[in-house]
Amino acid sequence: MAQVGVIDRLSQSLKSIGYWVDVRFPIGKMWREHMAEYYAPKNFNFWYYFGSLALVVLVLQIVTGIFLTMNYKPSAADAFASVEYIMRDVPWGWLIRYMHAVGASFFFITVYLHMFRGLMYGSYRRPRELVWILGMFIYLALMAEAFMGYLLPWGQMSYWGAQVIVSLFGAIPVIGDGLSEWIRGDYYISDITLNRFFSFHVIAVPLILLALVVMHILALHEVGSLNPDGVEIKKKKGPDGIPLDGIPFHPYYTVKDIVGVAVFAMAFCAIVFFAPEFFGMFLEHANFEPADPLKTPDHIAPVWYFTPFYAILRAIPNKLGGVVLMGMAIVMLFLLPWLDRSPVRSIRYKGLIFKIALTIFAISFVMLGYLGLQPATPTFVMFARVCTFLYFGFFIFMPFYSRWDKTKPVPDRVTFHHE
Amino acid sequence: MSVTSDDLDHGRRHFLTLATSLAGGVGVVATAIPFLSSFRPSARARALGAPVEVDISKLEPGALIKVEWRGQPVYVLSRTEEALATLATLEATVRDPLSEQAQQPGYAQNQHRSMRPEIFVMIGVCTHLGCAPAFRPDVAPVDLGPDWLGGFFCPCHGSKFDLAGRVYDGMPAQLNLTVPPHRFLNDSTLLIGDEGLG
Repeated sequence: MAQVGVIDRLSQSLKSIGYWVDVRFPIGKMWREHMAEYYAPKNFNFWYYFGSLALVVLVLQIVTGIFLTMNYKPSAADAFASVEYIMRDVPWGWLIRYMHAVGASFFFITVYLHMFRGLMYGSYRRPRELVWILGMFIYLALMAEAFMGYLLPWGQMSYWGAQVIVSLFGAIPVIGDGLSEWIRGDYYISDITLNRFFSFHVIAVPLILLALVVMHILALHEVGSLNPDGVEIKKKKGPDGIPLDGIPFHPYYTVKDIVGVAVFAMAFCAIVFFAPEFFGMFLEHANFEPADPLKTPDHIAPVWYFTPFYAILRAIPNKLGGVVLMGMAIVMLFLLPWLDRSPVRSIRYKGLIFKIALTIFAISFVMLGYLGLQPATPTFVMFARVCTFLYFGFFIFMPFYSRWDKTKPVPDRVTFHHE
Repeated sequence: MSVTSDDLDHGRRHFLTLATSLAGGVGVVATAIPFLSSFRPSARARALGAPVEVDISKLEPGALIKVEWRGQPVYVLSRTEEALATLATLEATVRDPLSEQAQQPGYAQNQHRSMRPEIFVMIGVCTHLGCAPAFRPDVAPVDLGPDWLGGFFCPCHGSKFDLAGRVYDGMPAQLNLTVPPHRFLNDSTLLIGDEGLG
């Protein structure tokens, strides 16, 4: 009897601590709004793992990044050696560094799959335009983060990759040369450039990235999640005001996403432990040589996640034209919510034209990624031109083909048995 | 003492809001200037990247000297009459004989790609992948063939350039070697890295 009394009193006092906090900070309200009483469609499939996985990778990158910063030295004289020091002398330093390097590639893998999910199911359609646009800003911030992070090891590919990318700004008429000098803070990629990229990589961009991620999730929770059927679950509510096809995010999707994280962790660990460079794809071979401003590597290629855009850049014989088209390739994605004129959202109810268009788009994107890794031989450049045309065609012709396309009737409620 | 909505002078309130926002905005822009300017090359970077003076009084005809400017090797070559004569004969062989690509300042966009015909200034970095091209003044050597009239040869990927740094057609390099901004301070002193408008 006495023991029960103790437990009772203990849980009573825990409750009162919780209450004490709750009237001063809306922790319970936030938990209910975004987890326990956030109703997500009950028909999420495999493709809906990648949002939460991207969040997991973000946390992973921040934590490993903090620990790397403790031993890394952002100067042209010490950077390369300090990375070697982390790899060889710091206890478990190799693991932390490989997790960070592999994490960068996994960030893009999850984000590309997450974006492809959006393309398939029309997640960008009204009223979710801002969710999509905030997501695109996350993607841009991520590219900036990855690009500046890649300079930090101060290897040959770090150096020459940065040289090529920064000189792209030089293609802008009139202000170009001054702009690239302003970015570098010097007349060539130097200690000064490294130091400022370090500052951007560890402070500025991560802060922006975190703020954008919070906004992305807030915007999503304002309009509600879409689903593979593209059906608005808020239109069919029960007498309690809860969508009939909605289930609380916690515990249903927290549990589902934990399974996703477990599978993800297996793939991630397999690469971290057995192929951290991933055959020169995640860490390029030339980057194991210290940066040498007087010696260009034989073949400069960015890391795989940038190569589709790099291939577009090289496909255009004019430097400015190439830079503009590369920028347009990203702008097109921003415009997507207004290019799609189909009466339905999900690929499940769209017609053959969209299915073919999306397939061609996906293939051309992957092809561009492959071509961007290869030397620019005339044959490869010609292929890159064809793929560039197909890439842009997907967007430019979308207002037309999405309207002409034959669609199927959309059900009132979400479905589980499909094709 | 409460103010009702009827008492409000909306015009005055809008004006004050606008004026305060504008004044604040000017302050924000003014404050941003030092932060954005801190990105420009620092005094030390500018000093290290400053123009380099080269004494060319002792440069013999046919000789080449190398100086460093902004981390790059700059070649200064004194060309003989015979060397200059080869340039015209190679016009059909080189890719960009009239230097139409912007690989040189305007004052060096001529057949000999230099201010003074005999003194040629170039950056010794191959326009293909940045190796250092070797100076090969010897005519018709064994390795470069009987048609070689002297010039620059990149050992990395075999790009050939003539004595004005113009790339031969069909080479891995697509552009002529870069001529840096330079001017003559007097007959015997060359300043590399300065446009020198004054």
